[in-house]
Amino acid sequence: MSDHSEHHIVPLKVYFLVFSALMILLFVTVGVAMVNLGPFNIYVAMSIAIIKAVLVVLYFMHVRYSTRLTMVVAAAGFIWLVFLLGITILDYTSRSWIPGSYQ
Amino acid sequence: MDTTSTVERVSATGIISDTIRTNFLNADYGIKSWLLTKDHKRIAILYLISITVFFMIGGAFAAMIRMELITPEADVFTSEAYNKVFTTHGIMMVFFFLIPSIPATLGNFLVPVMVGARDLAFPRINLLSWYIYVIGGLFTLTALVLGGVDTGWTFYTPYSSTYSNGYVMLTGIGIFITGFSSILTGLNFIVTVHKMRAPGLGWFRLPLFVWANYAASLIMVLGTPVVAIGIVMIALERGLGLGIFDPRLGGDPVLFQHIFWFYSHPAVYIMILPGMGVVSEIMACFSRRHIFGYKFIAFSSLGIAIIGFLVWGHHMFVSGQSSYAGIVFSLFTFIVAVPSAIKVFNWTATMHKGRIVYSTPMMYALGFIGLFLVGGLTGLFCASLGVDIHIHDTYFIVAHFHYVMVGGSVMAYLGGIHFWWPKMTGRMYPEGWGRFSALLVFVGFNLTFFPQFIAGYLGMPRRYHVYPPEFQIYNVLSSGGALVLGIGFMIPLIYLFWSLKYGEKAGPNPWRAAGLEWETTSPPPTFNFDYQPVVDHEPYNYSEIDARSSATVSTHSVQEEQHV
Ligand SMILES: [Cu+2]
Repeated sequence: MSDHSEHHIVPLKVYFLVFSALMILLFVTVGVAMVNLGPFNIYVAMSIAIIKAVLVVLYFMHVRYSTRLTMVVAAAGFIWLVFLLGITILDYTSRSWIPGSYQ
Repeated sequence: MDTTSTVERVSATGIISDTIRTNFLNADYGIKSWLLTKDHKRIAILYLISITVFFMIGGAFAAMIRMELITPEADVFTSEAYNKVFTTHGIMMVFFFLIPSIPATLGNFLVPVMVGARDLAFPRINLLSWYIYVIGGLFTLTALVLGGVDTGWTFYTPYSSTYSNGYVMLTGIGIFITGFSSILTGLNFIVTVHKMRAPGLGWFRLPLFVWANYAASLIMVLGTPVVAIGIVMIALERGLGLGIFDPRLGGDPVLFQHIFWFYSHPAVYIMILPGMGVVSEIMACFSRRHIFGYKFIAFSSLGIAIIGFLVWGHHMFVSGQSSYAGIVFSLFTFIVAVPSAIKVFNWTATMHKGRIVYSTPMMYALGFIGLFLVGGLTGLFCASLGVDIHIHDTYFIVAHFHYVMVGGSVMAYLGGIHFWWPKMTGRMYPEGWGRFSALLVFVGFNLTFFPQFIAGYLGMPRRYHVYPPEFQIYNVLSSGGALVLGIGFMIPLIYLFWSLKYGEKAGPNPWRAAGLEWETTSPPPTFNFDYQPVVDHEPYNYSEIDARSSATVSTHSVQEEQHV
């Protein structure tokens, strides 16, 4: 393809930096799992996971250096995932809200 | 470029084409030239043949259902066999006919021509999608031959994951594989519309059929993976005993319904959006007017595609979902009716003061509006929390979704096939037979499904082959209607075949319609245009076309020239 030549060349240093960031976050994930934060367990674990995923998408999958259209496409995938997970979880968390609901 | 000169040049070449020119159909005749083709038009024909086969299989199973239901007793099938019959009808019609119907046939054929491109962005992937579709279909057909599956097309857990003895996995694999064909088609359309539009063809000059297929493609790409994952989860639980849906293993059966309907509700919009695109084209052409509210129709397609993803829980009001989630889903379902209504109002306004031609495609389009209106409005009954508890799992629901999927999608599909048949084959179908069978389909359809609203409201449950005798009258009406509907579907099949050899030659633009597809010859050459089309005018410029043609040539004289 002709637009292959327009691809941004990312210096290796960036890849290594992102990789070490991911590794550090991996250890943080494991470390946090050993500490009981009560109701915050899930929020902390998910926040770290989201940071890792964003790093992979932006750098390893080159979205940061892509056209705006690619960014929109990538973002759409994430927004749809939020639809799926968010509204499904809404069902499970709200089952006790209204008396007479199934629990 | 001057449009007038373009049209005249093409008409001129179109006349020559009947004697010496090659087109995509006569470019090559070998079987390899079809099975290894990269031409989107040939792939569309391959899809057309294969979905027709699946439509006939699904139709045969519908006939069996209607035959069994003529009497309240079990006459033809055991309960187990009946379960397999309605499951097969649903799976064949939904996954192998309705979802690919308009996008893979008319969309495949027309989207590249309508945007003025030589082909889709990825011709090889397009061919791959057809092979994937056929392989998936063969898997599911194998399951059918081996003994079938009895879960219903919805595969609800824990029945499908734990208890059913049918060929759930083989069927599931077939649907999983076929899902990829629709992802690839959607991807191809999205890239083509973004990247391959002809010079001058801005987004708001695109035909509404392209907008509609673009919106449906978004759903195919974003939704299909989710149902595929759901099928994989069932496999993991059935095969490896992983606890996902089985409460004894720590799973939750309702989770499957969330995953399944996240795709399968929007799947209804994969079926209906392209149909709405077809209707927009036909409405404008046979009202001889610029489409009313172009941007509203275009954006309502996107609106339906997006909001359609937020309503899936309306299938789960009585299946253990929280009441609060039920309220949210009910609200969103009412909201998604708004963009659909916008389209209906705009079509009606398009016809207002138009010079309406009651051609076969227009009759199907008018039928679509009426039936989709009934289907859509009864959808609001179903979306109301209280009413739904009464009508859930009754024939009211069956009638509702057949009004949308058959009264909507299939009517639009047939309308589109008739409208673009001259373009696809270069031949006209017999207009009299066309109108007659369109009328027959409309009457037969209503006779089949309207009584089901009443039977359902009175309490007849779906998926039972033994029922209380007081429902017999509705079932007899319904089965009689199904016979009329079946004949209405057979007649076009026969005369369309007939027309391939004996139909009148169509010429490039028998309807004097607007749009790039009508500026090339019928059937189009392999690369669609002999020149790079340039668009310098607004879409649906029917007043200009009519003003021009009354000044120069009428359709009739064009057709007469061809016979010389
Ligand atoms: Cu739905």
